[in-house]
Amino acid sequence: MKPTKLLIASSVLALAAGAVAAEDMTIVSWGGAYSKSQQKAYHEPYTAKTGINIINDDSSNEAVAKLRAMNEAGNVTWDVVDVVAADAMRLCDEGLAMEIDPDTQLAPAPDGTPASEDFGDLLVSDCFIPQIVYSTTFGYRTDLVGDTPPDDICDVFDLEAYPGKRALEKRPINNMEWALLCDGVAKADVYDVLETPEGQDQALAKLDTIKDSVVWWSAGADTPQLLADGEVVMGSTYNGRLFSLIVEQKQPVAMLWDAQVFDLDGWIIPAGLSEERKKRALDYIYFATDTQRLADQAQYISYGPARHSSAPLVGKHAELGIDMAPHMPTDPANATNTFLYNYEFWADYRDDIDAKFQAWLAQ
Amino acid sequence: MGRQRPIRNSSDGDIMSELKGTGQQTADAPTPEDAFHEAAALNAREETSKSSGRHGDPVLAADGTPLKRSLSRALRRQKLRALALIAPLLIFVLFSFIIPIGSMLFRSVENSFVEQTLPLTVAELKNWDAESGELPDEALYRAFVTDMVAAVEAKEHTKLGTRLNYEQTGLSSLFRQTGRKVKRLDPETDGPFKEKLIDIDEDWGDVQTWRTIKTHSVKITNGYFLNAVDMRRTPEGAVAQPENKRILIKLFMRTLFMSLVITTSCILLGYPVAWILANLPSRSANMLMILVLLPFWTSLLVRTSAWKVMLQQQGVINDVLVWLGIVPDDARLVLINNQLGTIIAMTHILLPFMILPMYSVMQTIQPTYLRAAKSMGATNWTAFWRVYFPQSVPGIGAGSILVFILSIGYYITPEIVGGTKGVFISNRIAYHISSSLNWGLAAALGTILLAVVLILYWAYDKIVGIDNVKLG
Repeated sequence: MKPTKLLIASSVLALAAGAVAAEDMTIVSWGGAYSKSQQKAYHEPYTAKTGINIINDDSSNEAVAKLRAMNEAGNVTWDVVDVVAADAMRLCDEGLAMEIDPDTQLAPAPDGTPASEDFGDLLVSDCFIPQIVYSTTFGYRTDLVGDTPPDDICDVFDLEAYPGKRALEKRPINNMEWALLCDGVAKADVYDVLETPEGQDQALAKLDTIKDSVVWWSAGADTPQLLADGEVVMGSTYNGRLFSLIVEQKQPVAMLWDAQVFDLDGWIIPAGLSEERKKRALDYIYFATDTQRLADQAQYISYGPARHSSAPLVGKHAELGIDMAPHMPTDPANATNTFLYNYEFWADYRDDIDAKFQAWLAQ
Repeated sequence: MGRQRPIRNSSDGDIMSELKGTGQQTADAPTPEDAFHEAAALNAREETSKSSGRHGDPVLAADGTPLKRSLSRALRRQKLRALALIAPLLIFVLFSFIIPIGSMLFRSVENSFVEQTLPLTVAELKNWDAESGELPDEALYRAFVTDMVAAVEAKEHTKLGTRLNYEQTGLSSLFRQTGRKVKRLDPETDGPFKEKLIDIDEDWGDVQTWRTIKTHSVKITNGYFLNAVDMRRTPEGAVAQPENKRILIKLFMRTLFMSLVITTSCILLGYPVAWILANLPSRSANMLMILVLLPFWTSLLVRTSAWKVMLQQQGVINDVLVWLGIVPDDARLVLINNQLGTIIAMTHILLPFMILPMYSVMQTIQPTYLRAAKSMGATNWTAFWRVYFPQSVPGIGAGSILVFILSIGYYITPEIVGGTKGVFISNRIAYHISSSLNWGLAAALGTILLAVVLILYWAYDKIVGIDNVKLG
């Protein structure tokens, strides 16, 4: 009896609350552990503060296409969308995302530094509000690599020292850069070389040396699964996935931080929202990207906050109680040799190199 | 589905010859003979009314109107009622299926965006000879700056850059960066612009940039279709893509080939199962039927991922083989992330679509035919091959069409288990829809795929005959 009554009472209450507030907001993100961290760090405090109900939609991996379709249909149902920086740039180019003025529309740092300085270089597009720095990097099975664990990105290409399969992403981005780095191209010259057809051939030729030992992944969860099953010796994926594999699931896997590629993930507000919804979305963004909120997210997932002012506030994991700083891609010990995703380059060359890459894969 | 050729109101001979032409008729199918008798009877009635009826005097209905008119009115009302009954479905299909698909397919040739964004430039480009190898003159640069200032205002220039970047790498950033600087110029007073634009980016001094814009400024383009068959549109006409970018034709071929292999393996695996189901007593047949249907109630992704656990090198099948000593531990079989993986997983997923139509056709085959054949001295094999099998062919036909057409458009299973050699053309279509946003190319690929399916269906009809397809 009691539970039923409670249920009825609470649904009546919920209905009443819905009738009073009636404010829903759809926020699109990646799902899984990442959405959970946003739920805890942003959504729950925001709902507590404003009473606005947040609906999660896990469609970020197809956000660009869906937003374009919604825009053409003239009915944008999303209020705030979490995308990687490259997608944000494309959405901005296509006129599908709203331009943001960081200094007036985003919170300044606690010491008064304006947001444009606090985010700094990470504001890679006019429409993009950065949230985290993540990296694409390698993890390896500690029990399958012998006594000398890999510590260099080129160990991925060394089949003699580290026999076995590797997991690489089924797209040219990152793989082409790593291949050139390990084929003797200096870090500063990588994109100059990759611009030329010869450079592209060179990178593919290097990848060709390990092609038969590669398992190609397309979803971020693939590599953790392949590593856990012992199907591959090492594999690239997002550092947060490896963190959860190593620390939360206690698998015999370790990180190879060398030549990790930094990338950004953050928010955009779709273009074409009504004034009222736009105001609400901006209010949410102002709240969710302030210094404290960004630092809070790092309690739940090992991605680095995008504000300079958030870094000192990063604390311990909310459930495991371990120090999060050493697991951040931006930690000095991990970031001795890093690479920043070149957005302009890939915006131009993505289609061309992808066609070549896919043709090479199909050979 | 019975045979529905139009019955002509002509001499019996014609109809009979047509009847003979249709090949074997299964026992239970509604035969054309029924229709033929009806038609003949009608003919005869008309004939008698013509010869013996009162010419010129129309037969009247009870209310005095000519019978013919009141009959046709009643029929019209009936037709309208029928139409009203199917109207909801018709409207639904029209709005949710035909119009969206039609507009999506239209994108494969639609290209008015370039001219809309750069109207003055496109008009000027008509006077410029792309073959001359010389840069266009100041008038064009002025027109371009005017267009660009308006486009930046409307935030259309980056979109245009994305569109043209499909054709020439580098134009995306060229338009983005030029847009930032060009908005400071005033098209009325700041001329001449040729020097200034080339100063902003040297690519504006490259003939190739202007050639690309000119080539792709037509309203209706064949460019996407050319791209879809590994060619590209140039001022000189269609040219093959460089060797290292050709992939789409290969993928079309692979899609067709693998769909055929999957259909064949479904037939081979499904036929015995359908036969057992059809010949068991209904109680045990129903139990087995649940096993066939069970996969239907499980999510596609779960089934595909389960195959991953089964087939991978550290997976169940390899572990068992190693444990049995059939396969050495250091040479485990590669069963997934290749064509084999795709074929195994998709055969499993599509098998019910083969078994169900086969089963329902086999259920209608009278066991007495087999007994009769045997009583007249046929061996088991002859009885099966000459008597049973021909009657089950319509089920194979229906199953094959279902499986083949479903597999030709499959996307998620090849993506998960196909590795690099087991992916289909649909995976490329998905890439262009969701990642590269080149919807024109995706639409062209989709149109070609649709055309291929229709041609194959037509060929099937010509060779086997679509009336030989039965779902039960």
